[in-house]
Amino acid sequence: MLSAVTALSGGDNAGGTGSTTADTPSPTPRGTTMRMRSLVKAGALLLAVSTSIAACGAGEGGGAAATEAAAPKTLTYWASNQGPSLEADAEVLKPELARFEKETGIKVNVEVVPWSDLLNRILAATTSGKGPDVVNIGNTWSASLQATGAFVPFDDELLAKLGGKERFLGPSLAATGAQGQPPAAVPIYGMTYGLIYNKKMFAEAGIEAPPKTWDELIATGKKLTKDGKWGLAVEGASVSENAHHAFIFGQQHGSELFDASGRPQFDSDKQVAATKQFLDLMAVHKIVNPSNAEYANGTQAVQDFTSGKAGMLLWQSITSSAKAAGMSEDDYGVAPIPLPDPSQGGKQVNGMVAGINLAIFKHSENQDAAAEFVKFMTGKQAQQNLNKAYGSLPTVTDAYDDPAFQSEHIKAFQQILATTAAPLPQVPEESQFETLVGTAMNQLFADVASGKPVTEEHIKAKLTEANEKMQAGS
Amino acid sequence: MVVSTTPRPGARRGARSPGGGPPRPGRRGLDRVTALIPVRLRRLGLPYLLILPAILLELLIHLVPMVVGIAMSFLKLTQFFIRNWSAAPGAGLANYEIAVDFDSAVGRGLLHSFTVTVAFTLLAIGLAWLLGTAGAVLMQGSFRGRGLLRTLFLVPYALPAYAAVITWSFMFQRDSGMVNHVLVDQLGLADDRPFWLIGGNSFVALLVTYVWRTWPFAFLMLMAALQNIPSDLYEASAIDGAGWWKQLRSITLPMLRPVNQVLVLVLFLWTFNDFNTPYVLFGKSAPEEADLISIHIYQSSFVTWNFGSGSAMSVLLLLFLLLVTAVYLVATSRRRSDA
Repeated sequence: MLSAVTALSGGDNAGGTGSTTADTPSPTPRGTTMRMRSLVKAGALLLAVSTSIAACGAGEGGGAAATEAAAPKTLTYWASNQGPSLEADAEVLKPELARFEKETGIKVNVEVVPWSDLLNRILAATTSGKGPDVVNIGNTWSASLQATGAFVPFDDELLAKLGGKERFLGPSLAATGAQGQPPAAVPIYGMTYGLIYNKKMFAEAGIEAPPKTWDELIATGKKLTKDGKWGLAVEGASVSENAHHAFIFGQQHGSELFDASGRPQFDSDKQVAATKQFLDLMAVHKIVNPSNAEYANGTQAVQDFTSGKAGMLLWQSITSSAKAAGMSEDDYGVAPIPLPDPSQGGKQVNGMVAGINLAIFKHSENQDAAAEFVKFMTGKQAQQNLNKAYGSLPTVTDAYDDPAFQSEHIKAFQQILATTAAPLPQVPEESQFETLVGTAMNQLFADVASGKPVTEEHIKAKLTEANEKMQAGS
Repeated sequence: MVVSTTPRPGARRGARSPGGGPPRPGRRGLDRVTALIPVRLRRLGLPYLLILPAILLELLIHLVPMVVGIAMSFLKLTQFFIRNWSAAPGAGLANYEIAVDFDSAVGRGLLHSFTVTVAFTLLAIGLAWLLGTAGAVLMQGSFRGRGLLRTLFLVPYALPAYAAVITWSFMFQRDSGMVNHVLVDQLGLADDRPFWLIGGNSFVALLVTYVWRTWPFAFLMLMAALQNIPSDLYEASAIDGAGWWKQLRSITLPMLRPVNQVLVLVLFLWTFNDFNTPYVLFGKSAPEEADLISIHIYQSSFVTWNFGSGSAMSVLLLLFLLLVTAVYLVATSRRRSDA
């Protein structure tokens, strides 16, 4: 670069001293002019480049604002993955979004985000102030995300637009943020955990009814485990699935994740016992395929179940995945996960208040349109159509008049949600609990799968590590 | 010549004193501005003016985020402040203290990840360099199909990282992956299907994928360097009775040294910092045995939503890499001047 410049100016000088005849215009000044001209050109080019850079920098904000001003009727929506694949979800949402556009003239650009990415994507959007207008969140994250202040609070006025607080089901509304604060999001799909079992495999193995106690579940699993088929499938490398089970079985053992002053106690003896109970399905009772320790994306255990590789599943609704796999509603049953023996203490809990909430980002420049969209999604028609497609529970009372929500499966889930499901603690640290304990359990499953002995001490050490990281971070 | 003697208005005016010529306001203004700058400065300033865009972009793309990252490392940037960084309280050196406190879970995790990364980097560079050198030397002589082989060897480097690594992650799956299918079902090397994506083997899986992706770069660089070795050196040495091995050791490798010096440094920096391969291969939580440092830092930040702590770890990583680079450059250039 430098040498090229020197060579150029050298050439120029040579031309300058080469000929100095009086009657021809002196080349020397011309040389200077030319050099000057090229300098000016270079300067102009530079100016153009730097202004265009500046324009780029300003353009993002300004450009976005400009397009929104010109076409204020476009929303960006990040949906969570409810069905067998991202594409399948997009297909389910498409007709609803089209209906919304027809009714209001507002166009919605939807992106279905896999569970493994969703929380990080939301955090990135929160940090940068750039992202979608409306987003689905796992309802357990509500309080954590509320603490960031990223979402528009649903005060009474905003809730009134949606038909008032009374329209929503109690348990679902309880998982929308910290107590005493306006909800950070509103529930759209209600869910909880159940024991999902393959009726045909049960019949073949001579099992008449779904297991009612944990021992029965293990015995059933052992009967089903043969010829390359397994009793139960788990998503062993999924942070959120593992965290949910840590919570449910922790409750059964009487463990509380945070003490009264809000300090984490993930490594209590009760939590260790709960974790061991779950891991032992693979480690001791051998009714779970060790390969399940690799399953991470939140759909593989369901695929094992729908393809008949495993006879049972501890899961939320699998309606759309079963349908995609050609499994009819009659082929499988939904029962409560076995409750613990009441004489042994603990809580009579066999599910969590799961579900999906819809939130509006504060950084959205389209908040009115976003509120309109939330109203649509919590409206009777959309609630019925979408919850029917996903096999989840409507979160508004008026949607239940559709006979589809009187089916056996839905009623079973409804019963669990209403009686024996507990909400995860609605505290700002909740999502850190999910990530830390879920990750610890991923590693424990990996240890089990590769044949390492997983003792209580080993589990405790892992959970203590999670506990320490939680404290160091806060 | 005829053309150059044709008086052009611009040229004529340039010969006169500034401000004298026919009034064309735009040009005159520019002339005046240029005249204000001394010739010396103009000449000296040109190179700087020309690299100014590069400097500006470099500042914008590299330096500014780096400075922001360093600033973040001194803040208590938790979930309560990520929307408004300026409100985050200062943390002093607390984030650094946690990161280097090897009695705590956070510090232990970082140290473990650092050790894994050092081992991974040494092995990965060694293998990539060895394969690259072997490939380049063997491709030096011309033979039928050389062009085709060269192209084939470069394919892993040309593929987008995501596409390549996700394919490997499918191949490494325990039940349905091709690796186990070949090793267990077809060759019968093991009775039980090993895991590749979790547990101890995950390190091997990561290493294989990374070396597969990287060695073509070493191959490409060394192949280019080999073209620069004059063939008369080989001819002369052959007359003196040197065999292939002797030629390799006494001509090829010494002549490749300057290229190797840069190549090893670049590979080191890339490998130590690599994020894509483990992220795509293992997803959000990498197994402990293959917990490379950049993905460890990423996870640590997102796990507790404490971005100050993550930034402190990044700054420590940056300092380490700077130190290694400096020592390496000093050591290798001294060796060269000694030689």
